[in-house]
Amino acid sequence: MKASVIVFPGSNCDRDAAVALQSVTGKPPQMVWHGESELPKSDLIVLPGGFSYGDYLRSGAMAAHSPVTRAVVTEARKGVAVLGICNGFQVLTETGLLPGTLMRNASLKFICKDVHIRPERNDTAFTRLYETERAIRIPIAHKDGNYFADDETLTRLESEGRIAFRYCEEDGAVTDAANPNGSQRGIAGLYDERGRILGMMPHPERVADAVHGGTDGRRLFESLIETSQ
Amino acid sequence: MKARVTVTLKNGVLDPQGKAIANALAALGIEGVENVRQGKFIEVELAETDPARAREALERMCKELLANPVIENYRYELEGA
Repeated sequence: MKASVIVFPGSNCDRDAAVALQSVTGKPPQMVWHGESELPKSDLIVLPGGFSYGDYLRSGAMAAHSPVTRAVVTEARKGVAVLGICNGFQVLTETGLLPGTLMRNASLKFICKDVHIRPERNDTAFTRLYETERAIRIPIAHKDGNYFADDETLTRLESEGRIAFRYCEEDGAVTDAANPNGSQRGIAGLYDERGRILGMMPHPERVADAVHGGTDGRRLFESLIETSQ
Repeated sequence: MKARVTVTLKNGVLDPQGKAIANALAALGIEGVENVRQGKFIEVELAETDPARAREALERMCKELLANPVIENYRYELEGA
């Protein structure tokens, strides 16, 4: 699998993503700087976490209009798998590839802690190796992760199977108490119509090796390899 | 010409920052504040001198970058137009 990691000024999880990808695929991903207007051939494009362009105006708003993101949108429309993590999810909503937006956390605080999320489906390229509705433990680290869309959109997303992950208790129950940031309907991650683009606030690359204290995120990358082979 | 763009949250979109400001005003002992909504104010200097074309450019700026149409409304005024 050929993976590319996009690097914006202010990205800070690009190297973590690269380490996770290298460990799973056996080779280093291509790191692509934000000024590039063309992408190397890729089976997977990762938009990493961080604070692209200092989160100026709105999180992800500037990055959504950078030259490399135009190329990412073109590739995404062709069906190349795209994974947006944290700030990458914010960029995906700002480009319009994913609906809705990520607002300031309801608590107004930056939250950095482990949470539980559950995959709603395991028939996509990203979640093949997970069990549905079974909680995994994964860290979040964000201030703008409060997913918002209007009710009509939320209901449509649910009926189309577009919810990738929801915040949940350790036993998989989706409760208000398990929702760290006020996200509508507990949404932690979202797919596009074809299930080829995934945006998620939690960080799978931070639980991809036993030394991280968990490996629940590793299966996401392994699912992608299995799918592309 | 100079344009002043105001970006505000749509009605019905929760504004925790506005709420925090309202609480802080109450803590200062300032009474009678019923609600606070926080937005953005952006000044744009345009080379364009034709108001119609300036408005066209502003529409595009607001739609494509300055506001997020999912949660925000925008309005703008042109100085001297």
